[in-house]
Amino acid sequence: MSVQIRIPTVLRPYTDGNAVVTAEGATVAEVVSSLDRLHPGVGSVLLESDGSLKRFVNVFVDGENVRYLQSLDTPVPDGAEIVILPAVAGGR
Amino acid sequence: MELHRDIRAAVVAHARFCYPNEACGLLAVDGAGALRMAYCCTNVEQSPVSYTVDATEHLRAMVHAERNGWALGGVFHSHTHSPAHPSRTDVARALEPEWLYVLVSLEDPDDPDVRAYWIREGTITEEPLVLGGTP
Repeated sequence: MSVQIRIPTVLRPYTDGNAVVTAEGATVAEVVSSLDRLHPGVGSVLLESDGSLKRFVNVFVDGENVRYLQSLDTPVPDGAEIVILPAVAGGR
Repeated sequence: MELHRDIRAAVVAHARFCYPNEACGLLAVDGAGALRMAYCCTNVEQSPVSYTVDATEHLRAMVHAERNGWALGGVFHSHTHSPAHPSRTDVARALEPEWLYVLVSLEDPDDPDVRAYWIREGTITEEPLVLGGTP
């Protein structure tokens, strides 16, 4: 299944500067895996070494944060829009 | 850069509302780079020393900005007891080189200081703000 993924600025060096790319997959994990095959290096930015989603990475499927769904096992409908947003954070 | 007095009032009000914790929010800019909207967001850390913008509010602000022909172009947050200058943590976590980083200091609660910066590859450059809008 083909999905469109919005890529944040910090990841665009991996996608030749493209803000929107296409990948395949029926779950978020499969889409991330597809994304990493098409754009090597993206996976290591998004995932911890144990394969879980990094704390400062947010992934939305059709507007829903996957952290509140099934995380990387969240199903991705055909034609879904995925948005990757790095956490906006700072402090003293 | 012009900072509309209503946007300044909004970010200062949010900083005061969230005190003693740090406040945070996002800023929309138009195609010319002018500040158009401040989105007051939840600091999910609820902390006096750090902030993380609620991710869902971040997405909704982005969608709202884009539906108005704008884009997210900055973030603001408060320093409750220190100057309006980016901290080392702010610099380390500044991932958007094209975003304006606005700081609200409540160090003097009767006279909040609002300043803006570009943070690019670890280098901080202040962007002078000029108050705009009708008093």
